[in-house]
Amino acid sequence: MFNLHDPEVLRTWLLSLIIFLPALGAGVLCVLPVRGDQCLKRFSLAVTVLVFLLTVWLAMPAGDSSAVGHFALGFAGMQNVVDHEWIPSFNIRYFLGVDGISLPLVVLTSFLSMLAMWASWSIDKSVRAYCALFLLLETGMLGVFMSLDFFLFYVFWEVMLLPMYFLIGVWGGPRREYAAIKFFLFTLAGSVLILIAILVLYFTSNPHTFNMLRLAEIGQMPDSPFHQTLLWGKSVSWWAFVLLFIGFAVKLPAVPVHTWLPDAHVEAPTPVSMILAGVLLKMGGYGIIRICYPICPAAGYELAWWVCGLGTVSMVYGALAAMAQKDFKRLVAYSSVSHMGYVLLGLGVWSATAEFQYNTDYWTMGMSGAMFQMIAHGISSAGMFFLVGVLYERVHHRNLDQYGGLFARMPVFSGISMIIFFAALGLPGLCGFWGELFVILGAWSFSKVLAVVAASVVILTAGYILWTIQRVYLGPEYKGPHGDALTPMTRREKYIAAPLVALAILFGVYPKVLFDYVTPTVEKTVVEMKDWSQNVAQPEKVGWDKRSTVPPITAENVVGPRSACPTLLAEWSEQPSADSQETEQP
Amino acid sequence: MNFDQLLQNVVGDTIGPGGSLWAFRPEMTLCATIIAVLLAKIILPGWKSSAYYITLLGLLAACFFAFPWSWQQGDMPAAKTIFTGMLIADSFTVVVRGMLLGFAVLFATFTQMTGVWDRDDQAEFFVLMLGSLVGMCLMISANHILIVMLGVEMASVPCYVLAGMKRNQPVSSEAALKYAVFGAGAAGVMLFGLSLLAGVLGSAQLPTMTARLIQIIHQGVSPDQTLVLSLGGLMLMVGVAFKLSAVPFHFWAPDVFEGATAEVAAFISVASKAAALGLLVRLVAVFSMPSGLTFPEGISLPPDQLAAVADLGAVRQYIVAIVSLLAAVTCTFGNLAAYGQTNMKRLLAYSTIAHAGYMMMPVAAAAALVGSDVLGAREAVAALVVYIAIYLFMNLAAFAIVAFLRNATGSEEIADYAGLARRSPGLTVCMAIVMFSLVGLPPLAGFLAKMTVFLALIDAKLWTLLFIGALNTLLSLFYYLRVVKVMALSPEPLHREAPTIPLTSLVGFYCALLTVPVVALFFLLGGMLDLARAAAHTLFN
Repeated sequence: MFNLHDPEVLRTWLLSLIIFLPALGAGVLCVLPVRGDQCLKRFSLAVTVLVFLLTVWLAMPAGDSSAVGHFALGFAGMQNVVDHEWIPSFNIRYFLGVDGISLPLVVLTSFLSMLAMWASWSIDKSVRAYCALFLLLETGMLGVFMSLDFFLFYVFWEVMLLPMYFLIGVWGGPRREYAAIKFFLFTLAGSVLILIAILVLYFTSNPHTFNMLRLAEIGQMPDSPFHQTLLWGKSVSWWAFVLLFIGFAVKLPAVPVHTWLPDAHVEAPTPVSMILAGVLLKMGGYGIIRICYPICPAAGYELAWWVCGLGTVSMVYGALAAMAQKDFKRLVAYSSVSHMGYVLLGLGVWSATAEFQYNTDYWTMGMSGAMFQMIAHGISSAGMFFLVGVLYERVHHRNLDQYGGLFARMPVFSGISMIIFFAALGLPGLCGFWGELFVILGAWSFSKVLAVVAASVVILTAGYILWTIQRVYLGPEYKGPHGDALTPMTRREKYIAAPLVALAILFGVYPKVLFDYVTPTVEKTVVEMKDWSQNVAQPEKVGWDKRSTVPPITAENVVGPRSACPTLLAEWSEQPSADSQETEQP
Repeated sequence: MNFDQLLQNVVGDTIGPGGSLWAFRPEMTLCATIIAVLLAKIILPGWKSSAYYITLLGLLAACFFAFPWSWQQGDMPAAKTIFTGMLIADSFTVVVRGMLLGFAVLFATFTQMTGVWDRDDQAEFFVLMLGSLVGMCLMISANHILIVMLGVEMASVPCYVLAGMKRNQPVSSEAALKYAVFGAGAAGVMLFGLSLLAGVLGSAQLPTMTARLIQIIHQGVSPDQTLVLSLGGLMLMVGVAFKLSAVPFHFWAPDVFEGATAEVAAFISVASKAAALGLLVRLVAVFSMPSGLTFPEGISLPPDQLAAVADLGAVRQYIVAIVSLLAAVTCTFGNLAAYGQTNMKRLLAYSTIAHAGYMMMPVAAAAALVGSDVLGAREAVAALVVYIAIYLFMNLAAFAIVAFLRNATGSEEIADYAGLARRSPGLTVCMAIVMFSLVGLPPLAGFLAKMTVFLALIDAKLWTLLFIGALNTLLSLFYYLRVVKVMALSPEPLHREAPTIPLTSLVGFYCALLTVPVVALFFLLGGMLDLARAAAHTLFN
């Protein structure tokens, strides 16, 4: 069992360690016989750093996919798969793995957890409990991104709830109890729907399975059992998609189930806001891309307009609402709603249909853009919440109208703020740009109206961000309360902000570093969806004789008239991905 | 057959090897323990805790006899009737009885730790508990109308007395009175219903009644008969619903729980409910599926088993409708009514009501499935058994913490738990785990209970019930969370300190001991499910 030369054992240990090290740390923390708060925080920080290093090791590029503990770029399938039996009576497995979609999110999670833990230095109330809950939260988050068994996924999904409730409810602002219960209630409502969908899918699959990859295969079969009617004339696939989608949309959050977010953000302490915006929101997007589309393509195809429409509404609504806010943190929260709308739009643009000769390029662009947007938003929103927190710790208010003139008092802070805020705005050269650009490009072929609306949201975004900068940083002098407390950033605060700024710039000028990870898997997902729409949804449109039987799906008859025009994507990711995707499935 | 032969048969059936008494050893042990406890009080008046130790010994012996030792050799008993068809001894009896006895061991220890009884009442307390336990064992193995009635009464009457044990407290007496009056009324209605059924069907033995029912349906049932049969079934359900505290026969529950001590409330909420569910399963199983088709002479049979199964379709629909409706209403009402509660025991009473609703859902699923998919129906019953097993630990732990806190502070108001997290962090964690498990959040055992029930509902395609179950999970979050919120988030009141109960103390250790399974059972689902499936495998055949 401890023979680490065996790749299987090593994989099991590596992935399990990444997930459970924080929980283990939380356990140790509870019994650690030290009294000093600082000591406890340092210990927790050490744990998060260790986890971060492990995830970085996991993300190190390797030549081929058999390399243990490294990531083979250009390989689209699951890597470092761990698969052990857990509860045989229900066919539940301890099934973990990472691919191009989950790995960046795993690294983002461990990275932001580390920074947020470091940002927790200002917490001074029941530090032991705070650190333990924080670490438990990290376990839940990492588990969600790595688990490939639906049951396991759901367990981790729920494990996050409790620590988050307490972190907001105990260490939050004045209306913390209201915000915490609202967060809990909304998320639980979503997860109950997810649970029902999981159980229905489990029951419909034959033999019953919770294996996400297997369920995706079943869902994409031409004679999939998920096509049978479940209720009110709608199929299993349709119901599962809708239930899952609502569950994930709550987390994302999409309008109209977003109302928990501003409250939770305003009341949560700074580090928790960072995690909430940086990681938790991504779980919604991750769930949609990993679960909704591959498992229920039929419903995704049918409801593509709803998904895209909801995304666009979220974008516009979030931006307009952000513009109306007086509270700095609330503004950032609504900007999150707006930015996550891009993710929804990018994921939903099902343009690989007969009308577009099954060209997958645009949808690939949209989905890659959505993935990029998730990572970029993780960096910029965590940065924004951290910066707001820095300010709040000094002047103890967040009223936008009472700020002003910070440039003169805190020059470094203001400089960092500019970069982070412009990254959120989507300024070319910073990380926010690529996600938005690709999403809009992808949307163009799907619907010109949505693309135009999405593009004009950039103007709204620029509006509220520039106006914020004007109100907070510019102006002659600070006239609000506690003016004396406006001291420059401490060294610790600079160290926390620096990596965020660096990454915002790095991803802005060299997005390939991220696209290299993301694109192969996204292309594989999109090609699978394209094959599905070609063979199952619209078989008559590719010119087969309607009277003849539908030929079985084989590599030969999947006619993929892939667009000849080289796209931006293909230039960056020089992977011959169309060929390599056929070789996946570990 | 002359009288002598008959006597010989009965004696052989009762005493002989593998006879009825052999299968009845756990109940016999309980009866012997009752006598021993009473005698010890007379013979050894100086030994204060004699009742506890004798009870514990007796319960452990009963557990030993009830434990399915032979199963480990893969020797699962087939269902057989004992005492000339009065009782049924199968794996369902064995498993549920085992859970009841195991619960009783934990419960006896718990009452010994809290010292719930007045000075001289210890022996009486345990005698009543044991007597009630015998009644519950009869309930879960009933195969005859008389045993149904006898079991329900025998399980209930000691509980009425237990509820009124605190003689000097008016609220306790009030609780006992309400409980007794309500119980008597429900038992009367149930008896009426049973006599209606027996009158139409011409027998008092349940499988024979089913055979008659099939015959009547096969020959074409008259409107009068339908009316009497439906009424009889409905009235029978009243009695069971009272034991289950199902809405609208739940009115006694909050008052009794509030008036009785937390210990007695735990007993009523767990053991009594488990037994009532066992009885419900028995009744549903016998009336929804012709078992064995070994009908007495003189009853002309439908051509084959399939036709017999089909004949009972209307009966099954009736059962599904009643049980589903009761489950849905009970669950929703329990959760909604729990909102306004400020007293912890009242809150737990409504929580118990809500959980009774959840636990009736798989019974409805089983009845819906049995016609088409016997294995699915067994799976649904297995879900119920899993639920009962998990519920046992969750609720006992909750009531135990309430009782210990009452001993420490003298209060059972939720508001008085404020600031407990600071003084007794371990106990607060235990309470939080139990509460979240009652909500049904993973990775706690309560989630599995809900999940297996939901799976059964999906299998039976009872979508409305599934929706109500899911909605109720959400509804229940508020009030369970409020308890945790008061403990963990609310500031400590200024005028007094919250009690300090470390986990290293005996009391704290007991709470931890009960909380560990609430977490551990989540990871041991496989074993638990095997046991539950074994329990269900003799049903519906």
